[in-house]
Amino acid sequence: METKKELVVPAIENGTVIDHIPTEVVYQVAHTLGLDEYKDEVLIGTYLQSGKLGRKGIIKIKNKHFTKEEVSKVALVAPFVTVITIKDYQVIEKLDTEIPEHIDNFIKCANPKCITNFEDIPTRFDVVEKDPLKLRCHYCEKYTSKETIRFNK
Amino acid sequence: MSTLKGRNLISITDFSKEEYIEVLDIAEGFEKNPKQPILSDKVVATLFFEPSTRTRLSFESASNQLGCRVIGFSDPGATSVQKGETLHDTIKMVSAYADLIVMRNPKEGSARYASEVASVPVINAGDGANQHPTQCMLDLYSIRKTQGTLDNLNIALVGDLKYGRTVHSLVEAMCNFNATFHLVSPEELKLPSSVKTSIKKAGLKYYQYHDIRDIIETADIIYMTRVQRERFTDLLEYERVKDSCILTAPMLKGCKDNMRILHPLPRVNEITTDVDKTPYAYYFQQAQNGVYVRQALIAAILGAK
Repeated sequence: METKKELVVPAIENGTVIDHIPTEVVYQVAHTLGLDEYKDEVLIGTYLQSGKLGRKGIIKIKNKHFTKEEVSKVALVAPFVTVITIKDYQVIEKLDTEIPEHIDNFIKCANPKCITNFEDIPTRFDVVEKDPLKLRCHYCEKYTSKETIRFNK
Repeated sequence: MSTLKGRNLISITDFSKEEYIEVLDIAEGFEKNPKQPILSDKVVATLFFEPSTRTRLSFESASNQLGCRVIGFSDPGATSVQKGETLHDTIKMVSAYADLIVMRNPKEGSARYASEVASVPVINAGDGANQHPTQCMLDLYSIRKTQGTLDNLNIALVGDLKYGRTVHSLVEAMCNFNATFHLVSPEELKLPSSVKTSIKKAGLKYYQYHDIRDIIETADIIYMTRVQRERFTDLLEYERVKDSCILTAPMLKGCKDNMRILHPLPRVNEITTDVDKTPYAYYFQQAQNGVYVRQALIAAILGAK
């Protein structure tokens, strides 16, 4: 956590804070959540001091709360971040992200020959391993790893 | 009545060990008496979105011997698929015309998807490089037929172990029967680690070799596959190793009496024709067994056995 004496990234009144992001995936997390197109304040801090990680990233998104599915998306890119809900500058809820056992809909299969890349079919994956991430397509049975993950729009 | 009634067969892991054995037992009955028109009120649709000789003809022969009517196509160019119809819509439509769908489609995962869309059972006759479970079932049938058992065998797999879907399925299935695997392949075409993991998880052993001669005396079954030139990034490497996975009759000296050679066919040059005349060649009977196994699957899934 940031020091309470001085916040490097300013506090937000309402919204969501995503904390403890490994620095190398901060922008990937932002992209995964569609923040490149978000029309309100987004504060991104990276390479900040962290007792837990050494260095970390943090993203504060004003007036935005995420669904469970959106939080799962973040877990795929950065498995151990903390998602904090803020109301009136107070912490309302603090959640550690967790990779679910099954992932539906929001990832594309990395296999170009998979039927899901030809027809309008919701994708389905079983999570075979969480670290390093390994997903198995319900349809073509091929594996998708963290490096080959692509999200549906 | 079989527990397989109304079931789909998409992947070899869809069936349990007991269910494999049940299918093989039913197939044995069809081998003894192939013409059993017990499904004369049924229609089987064979949808072949890419060419196939053995698989399509053996499914159609199996259906005909059971008395079924067969509808379908072997050239999607002559169907609405050419007009851009989706697989979803094709399968919905065919579900209304047939009691069972047999489908081959080059898109991987298409069979699983078809089984979710169809209102009738679906048998996967090959979905690209993914699964071809009826080939695996006929391989099991051929192994049991020639060895008298599926248990505790030394299974040698030779050739392209990396891309060969029949090899992967056979390993998965034989992991249920305490097999020992002898893997012979060029370095570039070794069995993928995910399949080796299945062997280890089953508590079984595998050994790797580069030369086919190393396994001749050990094997109960030698399962040959084609080594294709286009699989190699380094053509010099192909030239160097291409003969290491070719089986000739003189090489069979010292093999076990019970040893039999299987091949999913078509073969090119990996088994020389002088092997055909030896008592160890079993690949043509293996192809014939495909009809009995497919009869068994159709009969069990349509509830006639």
